[in-house]
Amino acid sequence: MPDDTLFAQVLDEANRANPYPLFAELRRNPVARQSDGKYVVSGYAALRSVIFDPRLSSEDLPSSRRPRTGNPFKDWVLNRIKDRVSNAHRPLIFRDPPDHDALRALVMDQFGPGRVNALHGRVGELVDGMIDAVRGRDEVCLVEDLSYPLPVAVICDLLGVPSEDEPRFQHWSTQLATALEPDARRDDETRGANARTFDEIAAYMHQLIARKRKSPADDMLSGLANGAGKQVMGDVDLISTAILLLVAGHETTVNLITNGMLTLLRNPHELEKLRADPERAPRVIEEVLRFEPPVQFRTRKALGDIEVASVTIPKGSAVVLLIAAANRDPLRFPDPDRFDPDRQDNQHFGFGGGLHYCVGAPLARIEVEIALVSLCRRLVEPRLLVDPPPYRSGASLRGPEQLGISIAGVR
Amino acid sequence: MVVGASLAGLRGAEALRRNGYDGPLTIVGAEPHAPYDRPPLSKHVLAGELAPGATTLPVLETLDARWRLGTPAVSLDPRARTVGLADGTALAFDKLLVAIGAQARPWANADETRLTGVFTLRGRDDAQALCTALAASPARVLIVGGGLIGCEAASCCRDLGLAVTLVDPNATPLARSLGAKIGQTIVERMKRAGVDFRPNAKVRALVGDPAGRVSSAVLHDGAAIAVDLVIVALGAVRSVSWLAGAELQADGAGLTCDSACRALFADGRPSPDIYAAGDVARWPNAIYGGRLVSVEHWGNAVAQAIHAARNMLAAPDDQSDYVHLPAFWSSQFGVNIKAVGLTDGADALAIVHGTRASHRFLAVYGKAGRTIAAVSFDQARWLPAYAEQILAGAPFPPIMHASDQPVVERLAPGFPPPRAAASQGAADA
Repeated sequence: MPDDTLFAQVLDEANRANPYPLFAELRRNPVARQSDGKYVVSGYAALRSVIFDPRLSSEDLPSSRRPRTGNPFKDWVLNRIKDRVSNAHRPLIFRDPPDHDALRALVMDQFGPGRVNALHGRVGELVDGMIDAVRGRDEVCLVEDLSYPLPVAVICDLLGVPSEDEPRFQHWSTQLATALEPDARRDDETRGANARTFDEIAAYMHQLIARKRKSPADDMLSGLANGAGKQVMGDVDLISTAILLLVAGHETTVNLITNGMLTLLRNPHELEKLRADPERAPRVIEEVLRFEPPVQFRTRKALGDIEVASVTIPKGSAVVLLIAAANRDPLRFPDPDRFDPDRQDNQHFGFGGGLHYCVGAPLARIEVEIALVSLCRRLVEPRLLVDPPPYRSGASLRGPEQLGISIAGVR
Repeated sequence: MVVGASLAGLRGAEALRRNGYDGPLTIVGAEPHAPYDRPPLSKHVLAGELAPGATTLPVLETLDARWRLGTPAVSLDPRARTVGLADGTALAFDKLLVAIGAQARPWANADETRLTGVFTLRGRDDAQALCTALAASPARVLIVGGGLIGCEAASCCRDLGLAVTLVDPNATPLARSLGAKIGQTIVERMKRAGVDFRPNAKVRALVGDPAGRVSSAVLHDGAAIAVDLVIVALGAVRSVSWLAGAELQADGAGLTCDSACRALFADGRPSPDIYAAGDVARWPNAIYGGRLVSVEHWGNAVAQAIHAARNMLAAPDDQSDYVHLPAFWSSQFGVNIKAVGLTDGADALAIVHGTRASHRFLAVYGKAGRTIAAVSFDQARWLPAYAEQILAGAPFPPIMHASDQPVVERLAPGFPPPRAAASQGAADA
């Protein structure tokens, strides 16, 4: 009898530092039913099959429910309307075609190679400044000193969010990111707090978008709000899209940078190789995405009976796409628990796959490449202070909360 | 030895090395160029976005090969195990991979073919010549044939701002591969792009001016169109003439192989030494009940060459069957088209995602109650799921309960009647 509580153990914070033995257990059944009825897809072949399957819906978010205020008009009329609007205009990661496709196309219009590649210089400046700032110290916290502030500054630049407003987002963003965590998002208190946070950030975005319409600048939000001669998405979708991009910029790349540096510090030989040969960076990054993906899993809902790996996932089931487990499937990757940037044919699912493949992947690759290469080249004798480091609470958006590194100087 | 220095030849040679073959390796190619990629020729290259010379394929293994480029193979002697080249030399081989491909089907009238301004599009040199001619802003381009190459060329010419007439013998372009119902979407895209599409029409003759430049085309009904550039896009003929004396089963349909990619002798025995892959090969595909098929698509060239190379190095009792689900893609008139499976013999069609009106949909083809093929217009992300349905022999139409599945619309696919055998070699338009 297979253990049908393995995924619950994955969610348990006690296993955050090393969930990989649990993943290995899970993979013994590439599609495993859990005691709560969830189906966890952890085998590479099975994941590849379902990630392209149109019967898996991303519209699995519990409906929005604003908390009671005691004011009958708000509780019975206004907030009910707001809940309905929220449900109908989810951010596109929680939407299915055809709506998803239309929204994604408009985002991609603003997120093309031109705009993304133009960020190289800016990312380089930011990274240099952040490393310069730790000169004279013998300990750094990578998360506070670089991996959190870097993507945040970049996404604010890109969207056109004034940097003085940025501190307000930290709390908002952390709150909204719980939408990806299965336990938190079913919790009534979290749902209420999410709805409240959404309203706050939406009010801010509403004003910001109005400003971008009045005086457009060369940023994504101006482009999305004014359409550049093309179709413009509705205002509610525009706000939820802007919030999505902002939250994604705050909560994902941070893990990729931190996981990358953590992995390199655990494999000093690879760190030295990257230092000596920055051309290796793309291989290193792809291997980090396989080995320690910043988004460990996503959830879906089955719209029909889906047969995969000799298991039928019944219609209506919750499905977990366990990317981090598939990325270490020994049937697909030889010696999967070894960090090996020279691996051939490294077709990982670190950025997802299919319809919802990460829109920000090219941007993340640029940020992480510049960050990791600069850290390896400029930090003198970096050593991990604590291993394993303390982790953030998220099981899906998994990454260290702090990463203490001792250094002998800055080059 | 590998005969053919294009995609299949290169990938086959790489696979030989990757699988451990360390003996001498010779690669023979008719063209003087190192292996290059053909799909961009009728797309980005014609549109002027990519130089013809920028299509060279990356070499993924250390080949350490002797290259005989620019010297076409002209004969094969399976008994002596030699290949004769155009320069008179004969090269011996132990094992041979025939990956020679196909050529553009020429215009039926050789005199008319020689008129200045009449082009075909198959190789890099063709693309180079055509690009140069298009850059001179011809007043009207005539494209003969509405297959993939014809449609892609028409799309590029319109992007360049040139007036385009496309003549096709069927009711719509791509009718033979996708059926007229889906082809109708292409007609609408062409209309929107401003292509003068002439359905159910044939070109009877190309007429030149006294200087030997093409000046007009006469259609089957006697109507004349003034043109100063003609692209003949009548499909391809497989390069088998050099195999005439080889006692192999080679004809206009390709070089026939067994399921392990071994070329068949006239008496039906498989050759132990001669393998084939890519456009030229014709083999029994288990997915389609062992029917002999040849697949002139990029993905097949790669997969079949790799498979054949593996078998070339394996023992005679360790030959594995090549099974392949054909697939192709095209970009034209702002639409990304992807298809999997073979539509041959399809008797039903269903739109399973999107709508034809939006020009964004996924359609599946059925034959005798089973799903055999699928095509997507700007909807490619769902295609792999339907590829699995085809491989599983799923019923038609597969009701997926998909996230954006409309009420499934069932249609007749509208394929033209099969070509008469006699017209196989002749002009199709």
